[in-house]
Amino acid sequence: MNDPIISVRKLTKRFGDFTAVNAISFDVERGEIFGFLGANGAGKTTAMRMLCGLSFPTSGSGRVAGFDVMREGEKIKRHIGYMSQRFSLYNDLTVWENMQFFAGIYGMSQRESIARSNELLQRLNFAAEKDTLVGSLPLGWKQKLSFVIATIHNPGIVFLDEPTGGVDPITRRQFWELIYEAADSGTTIFVTTHYMDEAEYCSRVSIMVDGEVRALDTPANLKKQFAAETMDEVFRTLARGAKRGE
Amino acid sequence: MRQLAILLKKEFTQIRRNPFLPRLILVFPIMIMLVLPWVTTMDVRNVAVAIVDEDHSQLSQRITSDIAAAEYFKLTDGVYSYDQALLLLEDCKIDVILSIPRNFEHDLSSVSPQRLSIAANAVNATKGSLGSQYLVQTIAITLSRQLAEQGVEAPSDLIVVQNRYNETLNYRHLMIPALMIMLLILICGFLSAINIVIEKENGTIEQINVSPVGRLTFTLAKLIPYWLIGLLVISIAMLVARLVYGLSPAGSLWVIYLATILFIVGFSGFGVAIANKSDNIQQTMFVMFFFVIIFMLLSGLLTPISSMPDWAQKFTIILPPRYYIEIMRAVYLKGTTFVELWPNFAALTIFAVVFNLLAAVTYRKQS
Repeated sequence: MNDPIISVRKLTKRFGDFTAVNAISFDVERGEIFGFLGANGAGKTTAMRMLCGLSFPTSGSGRVAGFDVMREGEKIKRHIGYMSQRFSLYNDLTVWENMQFFAGIYGMSQRESIARSNELLQRLNFAAEKDTLVGSLPLGWKQKLSFVIATIHNPGIVFLDEPTGGVDPITRRQFWELIYEAADSGTTIFVTTHYMDEAEYCSRVSIMVDGEVRALDTPANLKKQFAAETMDEVFRTLARGAKRGE
Repeated sequence: MRQLAILLKKEFTQIRRNPFLPRLILVFPIMIMLVLPWVTTMDVRNVAVAIVDEDHSQLSQRITSDIAAAEYFKLTDGVYSYDQALLLLEDCKIDVILSIPRNFEHDLSSVSPQRLSIAANAVNATKGSLGSQYLVQTIAITLSRQLAEQGVEAPSDLIVVQNRYNETLNYRHLMIPALMIMLLILICGFLSAINIVIEKENGTIEQINVSPVGRLTFTLAKLIPYWLIGLLVISIAMLVARLVYGLSPAGSLWVIYLATILFIVGFSGFGVAIANKSDNIQQTMFVMFFFVIIFMLLSGLLTPISSMPDWAQKFTIILPPRYYIEIMRAVYLKGTTFVELWPNFAALTIFAVVFNLLAAVTYRKQS
């Protein structure tokens, strides 16, 4: 069980003439919090979509949770959780109904899904809101709920695409506590973010520029390598050379 | 199976919670069936007729009074010459001129009888042609009565029209099955398509795509609710047709339901296939409208296929509503049985299979 949970070699995605992701290679170990950084348009989301079986790679190879990203997309989907950049729970269902729905489609039995939902509501301290329509929750709560629902089926790895975009600092803090809890219980976290303080929380960080991974190491080593005080400086140094803008 | 049950439960919860949809499903068929049969009529009434009577005989009087008594006509008085009548026709004051020549009655039973002439203003083609047809029928009846009274066998070339199946020639009875089909097209086709595209617009479909839910399971869960809604809608429409217009199917109900199920299954599959290929609601709506207009105008819903040009008649072979409308009218008005209609059922089955395959194939979880 010590082989990496994600292993990617020269993974490439082209849309026509445009190479969104250009031959990236990296490994993610089990139980890591892996920060996947990059400026807007650097190709983070495209890379992540390939890893989740939402998008076919143009070339290269990769394995996620033991399955091939090219041919075994549907098998990968049983073993991962995914929280997209856009809020994507059902607004016209209640908190409880959303939880039961997603637990159910991942094949959990009714008893399991009720027990698991209750446990997660407790952890979120959210039991009082279980019959509230999700659409009427504030954004911070929606994001936290999205996260716990992405992990409701106890996946080996969960992909988070800018999970804290537009969220206030206090909620952001709480959100990262949830991430740590999940990581402590053995879930690998693969997270993209634009907040450099969040990057400091990660076990290892990769930085994408123009579709390529330009740096990959622990935050401490990266700062040493680029002779920088903060991750923010590291990011600026690398992103300054970017040719693609917004 | 459990996955399908969970997806269906979610669909029904969403439909129930939608502020608009449950009302639409109940009110829409009732409104359409209450209002539209009255206005989509092509019965021609109030045809203005001027009679130029140069015969001044008993028979010409009789023809005039029979026309005045017929419910389709409005007799214009005070017309004495053909030229005067023609001026009125050009001014659109009258629709049809009937001129009765001198010695018409006298020569009626002779070897070479005089001919009546009818001139119609065909600017409004329907009114002109139907008006003059009605006129011919009315006169034919008068003449055959007159001849019968004189003990003469009416000549066999006099027109005898016998309307079978829709004996009262009630246009509403022809339109009611057609309106039911329009209802199903709108509700099953559009709603199922919109339902899928809304998941795309909200981004929720992405959360499904990244889950292990199978393509077929997801598509079925989207379709089944609209199959049930379609059956509910047609039942409401048939009930209204019976209560308000006294029109019940002459044939058996199960033939109607079987055809309806095949049509609904096919058409909602069509809607889903279009939604799978569209990115947003506008796109779906425009593409759907494009097809629906073709379906409505070309499939014999409003105008008979047999009077379309040859190429158009051939084209209707690939339009599913064409087969369904034939079944509905035949069963409703004639009481035709399943055995006689089997080619139509076969065609509907083929469409159902093809459209649903398309719906399943066009849905991609991985791009």
